[in-house]
Amino acid sequence: MSPLLSEAFLTAFVVAVIASMVPLMLAALGETVGEQSGVLNLGIEGLLLVGGYFGFVVALATGSFWLGFLAGTVAGVALSAILAVLSVLFGLGQIVVGIGITLLGTGLSSVLYETSYATTKPRLGSAGAFTVPFLSDIPVIGPGLFAQHGMFGVSLLLSVLTSIWLYRTTGGLRLRAAGQRPASLDLAGGSVALTRSLAVLFGGAMSGAGGAYLALVSAGTFTPGMTHGLGFLAIVVAMLARGRIVWVVLASLGYGVLVALGTVLQFTGLNVSNDVITMAPFVVVMIVLCAFGRRSALPAALATPYVRGDR
Amino acid sequence: MRGPRDAIEVLVRTVAPIVLALATAGLVMWAMGVDPLRFYGDVIALGIGGNGWQRTLTAMAPLLLVALGLIIAFRARLWNLGYGGTYVLAAAVVAGTAPGIMGALPFGLGVAVLCLLAAAVGVALGLLPALLKARFGTNEIITSLMMSFIAISLANMLVKGPFQDPGVTVPQTRVLDLAYMLPYIPGTRVHVGVLIALAIVLLFHFILTRSSFGLKVDVLGASAKAAAHAGINVRSLIVAVLLLSSGTIALAAAVDMLGLWGHMRTNWNPGYGDKILPFVFLARQNPLGSIPLVAVYAVLATGGTIAAQQVGLSVDFLLIVVALILLFMTVIELLGRRRDLGASYLGAARSGTGRAS
Amino acid sequence: MVTEPDPTPSADPDALVRLVGVSKSFPGVRANDEVSIDLFRGRVHCLLGENGAGKSTLISVLAGLQRPDSGAVLVAGTPVVLGSPRDSLGHGIGVVSQHSALIPSMTVLENLMLGGGGFWLDPARARRRFAELAELLGAEIDPDAVAGGLALGQQQQVEIAKALWAGPALLVLDEPTSMLPPHAVDALLACVRRLRGERIAVLFVTHKLAEALEIGDEVTVLRGGRVVDRISPRELRASDVAIVRRRILASMFGERAVADAPPGSAPARAPLSADAPVVLRVHDLTTGRAGAVTPGTPVSGICLDIRAGEILGVAGIDGHGQRHLAEAIAGQLVPESGRIELRVAAERALPTEAAEAPEPGAADSGSPTRDITRLPVKARQRLGVRYVTDDRLHEGIVGSLSVALNLVLKRIGERPFWRFGRLQRQAVQREAEARIAEYDIRTPSAQTPAGRLSGGNIQRLLLARELAHHPSVVVFHKPTVGLDLGAVAHVRDAIREFAGTGGAVLLISSDLDELVDLADRIAVLSHGRLVGEVPGKTSDPLGATGVNGDIGAADRNGRGDARSIAERVGALMVGAA
Repeated sequence: MSPLLSEAFLTAFVVAVIASMVPLMLAALGETVGEQSGVLNLGIEGLLLVGGYFGFVVALATGSFWLGFLAGTVAGVALSAILAVLSVLFGLGQIVVGIGITLLGTGLSSVLYETSYATTKPRLGSAGAFTVPFLSDIPVIGPGLFAQHGMFGVSLLLSVLTSIWLYRTTGGLRLRAAGQRPASLDLAGGSVALTRSLAVLFGGAMSGAGGAYLALVSAGTFTPGMTHGLGFLAIVVAMLARGRIVWVVLASLGYGVLVALGTVLQFTGLNVSNDVITMAPFVVVMIVLCAFGRRSALPAALATPYVRGDR
Repeated sequence: MRGPRDAIEVLVRTVAPIVLALATAGLVMWAMGVDPLRFYGDVIALGIGGNGWQRTLTAMAPLLLVALGLIIAFRARLWNLGYGGTYVLAAAVVAGTAPGIMGALPFGLGVAVLCLLAAAVGVALGLLPALLKARFGTNEIITSLMMSFIAISLANMLVKGPFQDPGVTVPQTRVLDLAYMLPYIPGTRVHVGVLIALAIVLLFHFILTRSSFGLKVDVLGASAKAAAHAGINVRSLIVAVLLLSSGTIALAAAVDMLGLWGHMRTNWNPGYGDKILPFVFLARQNPLGSIPLVAVYAVLATGGTIAAQQVGLSVDFLLIVVALILLFMTVIELLGRRRDLGASYLGAARSGTGRAS
Repeated sequence: MVTEPDPTPSADPDALVRLVGVSKSFPGVRANDEVSIDLFRGRVHCLLGENGAGKSTLISVLAGLQRPDSGAVLVAGTPVVLGSPRDSLGHGIGVVSQHSALIPSMTVLENLMLGGGGFWLDPARARRRFAELAELLGAEIDPDAVAGGLALGQQQQVEIAKALWAGPALLVLDEPTSMLPPHAVDALLACVRRLRGERIAVLFVTHKLAEALEIGDEVTVLRGGRVVDRISPRELRASDVAIVRRRILASMFGERAVADAPPGSAPARAPLSADAPVVLRVHDLTTGRAGAVTPGTPVSGICLDIRAGEILGVAGIDGHGQRHLAEAIAGQLVPESGRIELRVAAERALPTEAAEAPEPGAADSGSPTRDITRLPVKARQRLGVRYVTDDRLHEGIVGSLSVALNLVLKRIGERPFWRFGRLQRQAVQREAEARIAEYDIRTPSAQTPAGRLSGGNIQRLLLARELAHHPSVVVFHKPTVGLDLGAVAHVRDAIREFAGTGGAVLLISSDLDELVDLADRIAVLSHGRLVGEVPGKTSDPLGATGVNGDIGAADRNGRGDARSIAERVGALMVGAA
């Protein structure tokens, strides 16, 4: 039997898939909520990095991954508040502010890291696993899926809750209305500004948490610029999923499999360059955009500031 | 036409975001235990004083062209954000092929061929986003960014693969012989690339602000609907603008490689586009106006890089400064919104049949 | 015979909602001037007025979309601030606006639940509430249907249900019958009566007199932003219908009402000569949705002819294909199939004809007919096809560019304004000054950014650009929408004058009065198809008097003629809906 198909190897594969999947899934989840409310947040890349850095710092200092995730989430919310204030409340260009947030997050996390950890380059210990009794005893899938850090379960739960919230609650309906036709929400007595602001802050929280997952669980450390365009992939995933959370999860899973497969291929001695693996998701996205570009229906009012009385 | 009050307002709007950003960054520095006044003093001393001005001028060469590439696209309100990958892949191709081409061809011809090659790389990278935008209206922000990441990986593959210098162990291209690099301006250590860049910027200033092509670009930027209504072929103009933009950014890489670096390593990315972006807005997409602003950034970059190293600050500190400029710029815009039809930085403000006559 | 209205209505303590001295100005317009109205439970209050009389502004105030400059709104005797729609809803005011506020991509139920409270969406409860309201409204609508796919009458019923959702005390209906077929109008009026029976106060806003008299318990007439007449329930009951009608007409239209011509119209134009040649012929034109940059409804199978000197009106409810029709003729939209042929004046045909051979057989001796279906905008312009767009601000002009440049915007790069890509300032300046003088564009200078001009002057700029240099066909798309009365008259005069000099006009409008006033024939567009044609006032009188016998017909001859045309057009517009 080939060593590739050994139980330990397959388990490692499943773990690798999840490690790549979760940060993208969380970020795309947050971006989906933002886009459905009519805000295009181009700052995800910066939010991921800031979330990753602060998550890393707090986890390193306290030894608690959960506190790390909390710190990453808070950092993401804080940075995305800039977008909420400037673009949602004051109606300033979402694209310019989004780029600003990406640059600010990238610069801030890098400068802070270089100042404090450049020489020591500390690493975190392995993430404590949340083991589901019995299920974790199933070969391959068991240790792969059911002995993950608890944040994995929380992420899946967040996806389910977000989907339920978007489609089963009055608040979710109002949020989608803000993205489709803000004037209708206004006439129905809802607040477009409040709805969109909260959506942006939620997006910040999810990206912050995703960045923290990337640093704490996937990499075990923080390195400046470690996202390599993951934030922009999240934006595309959200655009293509068009508000359907199940597609966000599946696309993230696909991304995880792609990255894990690349790693596997390197073990086989096929000598696949690391660059090909890095490039693959972007190539896939371009192919998808070429094939479905004409049908990418975004919320009607995306990236349009709402001014009462404008039609 | 424009009164002195308007001129003062424009000046304030241009300078205020920079001052506010530097002040805020100074506060951050102060919090990190660095004396901001000394730091900024060092930036000016190192960026202008001594040989600093020569380093600054050298740095301006690629920056001017990258800024121009962004200006061309932004005037048409097309968000070409693929500048990072465009620059890096063009740089890799030029660095990898320069030793061979310059060895085989006469100097002037060799430089011309390499510049064309770089521009061709830019055009190739811009083609897909341009066609998708023109044909289906696919968001060019996303497609150009995706192409950028693909290009960065391709550049690394080239430098590790066909372009790698077999003589060294680290993955890098062969170092270009000094004799094959762009000559210095007599009496200085500044290569002529900066003059080439200035000439191209001036040329495009006249094309963009005075010609019918420039006016078409401005109309497209103001409203695609208005452009179609006026009988402008919107699709081909979108393609032309995006290709011109990418080509110019790629040209910056050729000038930089042939003038300053002479070789390229893997994962090398100076990130010019990210940092020059706010200054493009501050210049209101005016090529001539971008020259002093690019100079300001070049001083900040050359002086700031050394000054940051001296106090143990990451060079990425510049990213924070430019991000703050971008954010303060939007805030300043808010203050004057009612008087300026809502777009004081984005709108290519052309109140007359040309600029002030 | 018009009695002076009281400055304020009698202060009745039973009034549910009182508007007291409400004034609201916009740049150049005093939309509401000291308007006072009392609304009572269980009464239908009709607000009558022409387009532009200030009805919409008053409704915006009640809906919380506009704040009055002065005056107050009292609910149950207490002054309230209606700063947002939320405030209005909170004070029990439900508004159904003239333009649909539904989200077309969502289902009926989702649209209705948007205004509902509670954390969880409760489709079961919403269904029950909708069933209740549907019975009250007499509606039969699938609550799971997508709102955008409903017929317009049904969409409106959903809108009313939405306004009634939270059980408001006052329901405001803004021109509710404007897009309804006759049987739906009856159903609506019956529904309003039931609502009155439920002790709801109704403000019924309309410009149709007959409706007001049929449904209203009391009537207020607005003209030029002021209350010009009030008729109390007592007066309404006591007076003879004919007398009340005459009184209202007099107050709605003022002294003009006694004149022969309807307001704002010139003497009827002379009938077309029978031998006027066809200038534009559209045959089986079909546009598509796929890949089109132009949003909106595509058109299919459009056939029409316009003769020299003729104004062909196109009526229809907004969004039924008007934009595609206009852009396909202008060349901004490439049709999927069909032909557009233009009779090219001889002097134009010569310099441009070299590129393409004329269609064999289609050409007559002096003026060849040319297939322009595939020509781009600029080539059509050179041949004399022009388009005055309805989106003046974002399509017609570039606000940041000067008036002068906007006047030559469609000729960028062409001589004599450009040579070798270089702008010729003197040539542009000369052209600009000539057009500014000819069309009386009020601008500080030719160099002023066009976006700073008023709406009326922007429209003059567009007219100057499109009507100069001898066009042969001009498409006008809603040319007077959003303009003040003076500008409206100017635009209509310009259209008449152009037709008077032998120009062919396609006048697309949603303003029936405008079409009746100007057009020689009125074609009706519905769901992207031409569903019928009604002869205009200038045409054979037999054709225009086919349908008659309406209440208004006897009043004045000119008006009655126009009315019957309008009603026939209106019936065609909604017949297919």
